[in-house]
Amino acid sequence: MTTKLFGEPIARREDARLIVGKGRYLDDIGHGALGVAFVRSPHANARILDIDVSAAVEVAGVHAIYSYEDLDGAMAQPLPVLIPHPSLTAPRTGYPLANGSVSHVGEPIVMVVADDRYLAEDAAERIVVDYEFRTPVVGVEAAERADSAVHEDIPDNVAARLVQEFGDVDAALLQAPHTVSFTQTIERSASMPLEGKGVHARWDAVDESLRVYTSTQTSTSVRAAIATKLDLSLDRVEVIAPDVGGGFGVKIVHPWPEELLIPWAAIRLGREVKWAEDRREHFVSSAHERGQLQRITAGYDDEGRLLALDAHILHDHGAYTPYGIVVPIITSTQLLGPYRLANYRCQVDSVYTNTVIVTPYRGAGRPQGCFAMERTMDRVADDLGLDRAAVREINLIRADEFPWDNHLIFQDGRPLIYDSGDYPSMLDKLRDLVGWEGFEARRSAAAADGRWLGIGMALYVEGTGVGPYEGGHVQVLPSGKVLVSTGLTSQGQGHETAFAQIVAEELGVPIEDIEVHTGDTRRFAYAVGTFASRAAVMSGNAVALAARAVREKALRIAAEVLEVDAADLDIVDGVVGVRGDPGAVLPLSSVAVLSNPLRYAFDEASRAATQFARFASDDQPPVADDDEPGLEGRDYYSPVRSTFASGAHAVIVEVDPGTCAVTIEKYAVVHDCGRLINPRIVEGQIHGGVAQGVGGALYEVMAYDETGQLQNASFMDFLMPYVSEVPQRIDIGHQETPSPLNPLGIKGAGEAGVIPGSAAIAAALEDALGIRITSMPLGPSQIYDLIRAAQDGTAEMTLNSARRSQEEST
Amino acid sequence: MKPPAFGYAAPRSVEEALAVLADLGHDGKVLAGGQSLIPLLSMRLTAPHTLVDINRIPGLADVTVAEDGSVIVGALVRHAELLAHAQAFEALPLLRRATSNVAHATVRNRGTTCGSVAHADPSGEMTAILAITGGSVQIAAAGRRTRDVGAREFFLGPLESCLGPGELAVSVRFGAPAPRSGSAFLELARRQGDYAMCGVAVTVTLDDSAEVTTVRAAYLSVGPVPDVHDLTAPVAGQRYSTADWRAAGELAASLVEPEGDLHASADYRRRLVSVLTERALPLAAADAVARTQVAA
Repeated sequence: MTTKLFGEPIARREDARLIVGKGRYLDDIGHGALGVAFVRSPHANARILDIDVSAAVEVAGVHAIYSYEDLDGAMAQPLPVLIPHPSLTAPRTGYPLANGSVSHVGEPIVMVVADDRYLAEDAAERIVVDYEFRTPVVGVEAAERADSAVHEDIPDNVAARLVQEFGDVDAALLQAPHTVSFTQTIERSASMPLEGKGVHARWDAVDESLRVYTSTQTSTSVRAAIATKLDLSLDRVEVIAPDVGGGFGVKIVHPWPEELLIPWAAIRLGREVKWAEDRREHFVSSAHERGQLQRITAGYDDEGRLLALDAHILHDHGAYTPYGIVVPIITSTQLLGPYRLANYRCQVDSVYTNTVIVTPYRGAGRPQGCFAMERTMDRVADDLGLDRAAVREINLIRADEFPWDNHLIFQDGRPLIYDSGDYPSMLDKLRDLVGWEGFEARRSAAAADGRWLGIGMALYVEGTGVGPYEGGHVQVLPSGKVLVSTGLTSQGQGHETAFAQIVAEELGVPIEDIEVHTGDTRRFAYAVGTFASRAAVMSGNAVALAARAVREKALRIAAEVLEVDAADLDIVDGVVGVRGDPGAVLPLSSVAVLSNPLRYAFDEASRAATQFARFASDDQPPVADDDEPGLEGRDYYSPVRSTFASGAHAVIVEVDPGTCAVTIEKYAVVHDCGRLINPRIVEGQIHGGVAQGVGGALYEVMAYDETGQLQNASFMDFLMPYVSEVPQRIDIGHQETPSPLNPLGIKGAGEAGVIPGSAAIAAALEDALGIRITSMPLGPSQIYDLIRAAQDGTAEMTLNSARRSQEEST
Repeated sequence: MKPPAFGYAAPRSVEEALAVLADLGHDGKVLAGGQSLIPLLSMRLTAPHTLVDINRIPGLADVTVAEDGSVIVGALVRHAELLAHAQAFEALPLLRRATSNVAHATVRNRGTTCGSVAHADPSGEMTAILAITGGSVQIAAAGRRTRDVGAREFFLGPLESCLGPGELAVSVRFGAPAPRSGSAFLELARRQGDYAMCGVAVTVTLDDSAEVTTVRAAYLSVGPVPDVHDLTAPVAGQRYSTADWRAAGELAASLVEPEGDLHASADYRRRLVSVLTERALPLAAADAVARTQVAA
C-alpha cells in the first residue's frame, strides 16, 4: 500500500519559499532592464488632437517615446476580441496605444522607455496631449438612455444583447398565482491582486528569439498572441509566468497592451525592457467586474414553488469587449442555481460605458446571478410569510435527478447539464451549521436588548473545469526525482502541492521526490490557463493520466527485469516490488536508467542499473518501434463538458443601531467540490473567497463620478477588507459528491467562496433591519440613510418586519 | 508612482538641521517617519526640492513626563514607542487610548507622533489629543528661541499648520489631565486602522461628590481643525452615573459642521458625533472615578 496522499490536508509545499521572500515575482527579474512609464488618458471620452513630446525627449536617460503612429504591422491593428459570440454584435477593442481617441480614464496613449522607471515618469510628465472632449457615459442607466455614445458608431451603446430562454415565461407569469417584480443593483469591484500586472522582455538578436516573463494566468496564449502580433515564429518566443502574486481573473485577459508593447520595444531597442504596473495604473487600466442592474419578475405558487423567472439585466461592460461576453453568459446561466425551473428568460444587455473594461473577476458573473436568484427566493418567502430556507428547499433539484439538463448553453459552448450533487442534503447541513432553526428566538431576544441581529443564506451552483483541455507531463529522472509539468499557470492556488499529491498517489512515490512546474512554455507548450475554477479538474486529471502512463511503463520494464507478470507488481515509496515477495525489488530510479538504452555509467545509479541490462534480441532495435527512451508520460484531459460544484452559505450579522456598523457574527459554508484533493487547500480557497465576498458585500465600490473619473483609485479609499474585517472564524462543512465526468471525480473550488457573499449578507441585513435591501454593497453610512428613510416612511419595509411588529404588539 | 529627483540632507544635530532648513526656506521638507510624506512623494503630489532627514539627530527620541504631569514627546518618538511607554500612559491615559487607533502596527513602528501633529491632518488621532489636552508644539528655528505654540494657534486648516519655512517641530507637549478628571477615546473607521469616519476624545471632570463639573470633547474627521467643544451645559451638576449623556451628545452634534466624503455623508458623521460622544462620556466619567478619590 502506498501512503495515502490524495485527500489528505497536508501543508502547502510552496508556502515556506514564498513566505521567507524566496519567491521570484515579475519585478524581481531584470534589474538592469530599461524602465517604462505610460501617459494614460486623464479623460473618459475624448478625441486626441495632438501629442507634444518635445519637452520629454530632452530628459536625460530617455531611450524612446512611442505613440500609435510608431506602431507597425499587426501592432497597429485593434487588440483581438478573444472570444467572439453571435450575440456580441458590436464588439470593440482598443489599440496597444490609443489611435486618435480614448474611451476611459487610464487608456494608454504614449509609452516612454528610459534608463529606469523614475526617469520614464519624469519624461511622461512633460508630454502634453491636446484633447477634444466628448460627453462621457457613466453608469448602465446612462448607457441605456444613450443620450451620448461611448463609440460614435454604436449610438445605442449596446455591445451585446444575449437572451437565454426556456419554457414560456410570459404565459407562466400570467398563470402564476403570485408574482413579484423588483429592481436591484450590484456595484463594480475588481480582482485587485496584490501584485499588479508586469512584463519583462529580452530579445536575443543572434538567436533571434524572445523571452518574455509576464504576470499572467495564461503563458501559452500570451506566447501565441505575441508571436502573431509581432510577426515572429512561435518557436522563437518563450513565455514564462514566474511566481504570480494573485490573479483572480484580471490576468487571464490577454494580450494586455503592455504584453505586446514591452517585447515590441525590447526588439526595437535591442535592450531588456521591463514594466511593472503600479497600483494607480492597475485601478484605471486593468479591469473591473460585477456592475449590473437587474430587473426581475418572478411567478410562484402558494408554497413558494418558482414557476417562472424573467430577468432583464443591464451589464456594465466598460469601454471595450476584448474578452467577449463571458461574464453575461455566466450570469445568465448560473443564475439558475440549484433550483428546478420550467420557464426562464434572461436578457442581458451588455452596454458600453466610458470606464475601465469589464472582464471576469473571481466568480465571473456568478455573484450577480446568485444575487438575482437568491434575492428572488427571499422575496417569495417574504411575500408568502414562509421560512426562507423552506422556500429554497421546495425548489431544489433532488439528489436522484442527476444529470440535470437546464436546456441552456454554458460558457464552454456545451449544454448546461449538472453532472452530480446533493442540494437538499447541503441545505440541511447548512441549517445545522449556522443554527437556522433556533435563530428567530435569538433574534427577538437580542432585539429586546436593543441589538439588531439578522440571518441570511444563499445557495449556488458553479460550473467548473471548462475545457477544452490541459495536458500533463511526468518524468522520472535516473536520480529518482519526479518532474511534473503542466502548462497552466499558478497564482497561489497550491498547485505544487495538489498536483504532487495526485502524482505521488498515482505513481507510488514519496511526495518529497516530486517537483511541479507550471506556466512555462519551455516545459509545456499546450495549455489553456488558470481561470474558471479549472486547474485542479483539468491539469489534475491530466497529470494523473500522465502518471498512469509512467506507472504502466515502469511496471512493464520492471516486469521484464524481475521476470514476473506486471500485474503482480506494485510501486510503493518509489520502489517497484513483487506482491508477496519482499526480496524482489527495483527502485524507480533504476527503472528510469533502464528505460534509456544509452547508459553511460556517469554515476552509481547507472552502474547499478547495468547489472540488470540485457541485450535486446539481435533482430530487435534497442528502442522498440512502439516505445521511446526515458521513463516519462504525457497525456491530456479533455472533458465532454463542465462539471458543476455547489455550495451554500449562511451568515449572521449584527447592526449597531447607533453607529450602523455591521459585524459578522457567524459565517457558515457547506461546500461540495466532489472528491477533495487537499481539504486544507480547499478551505484556504473558501476563506479567501469569503473574504472577497465580504469585500463585495460591505466595502468595495468603484466610485466613478459623472465625468468618468475614478474617485477612489488607491488602497486608501478602495476598501478591500483587512483581516480584521473578515470573519474570525468560518465554519465549513464539506460534502463530497464525486463528478462522474473525470477520472479523479473532482470539481473546481477556486471561485466558490466568493459567489454567495453579497446575496447572503444582503439577506441578513434585510432580516436585521426589516428594510428591503436592493443595492449592494452597503456601508454604515448607507445603512444610516436606509434607517432614516424607514423612519420617514420612504423606505420599503419587508412584510416580515410588519409581521414581527404585529406579533410583538399582540 | 516613483518620486521625481530630490535633494537629501541628513543633519546630525538640531542646530545643523535648523541651519539647513533656514538655507532651504520653502525648498526644504522635514522627513521623520515618512508615513505621509513618502506616499505623497511617490504619487508626485508634492515635490520638495530637498528632504531634510532628521532621523540621525540625537536627543529627539525621548518621552518625558514633566512634573506637572504633562507629557513631552520628541520629534523622533514613534507611535509604537509612545504606545508602550508606561509612565506616559500613567500620566495621561488618553495618549495610549488614542495611539492604539493610529493606523496599523507597521505604520506605528515608523510614524512619529510629532510628525503626525505637524502633518495637521484633522483625521489624525494625535491632533485631537493635542487639542483636548491643551497641548502645544515646540518650534525651533535658526537664530531664534524655541517658541511654544498652543494647539488652537498651531492648526490652521486641513494639512495646514503654522510651521513656517525654516522651522522644525522639535517636540509636542500633551497637557496634564485636570484633577478629578477622566478620559475616553472612541472612533469608528470603515476598516480597523483606517482614518476614522469620526472619532472623539472626551474628558469629564467631577467634583468631590461625583457630580459633573466639566465636559469637553475634540473630534476627528469632522472639521478642518480639531476644535475643542464644551459639552458641560446639559449635564452640569448631574451625578456621573445618571447624567444625561445623550443630551451632551446631541449638543455636540449641533456644534460640529462635518463634511461628507466617499465613506461617510455629513449627516452620518453628525450622527456618529452624537452616538460616539454619548458612549464615550460615561466611560470617561467612570475613568474619573477610578483614577481619583472621588466618592463613587
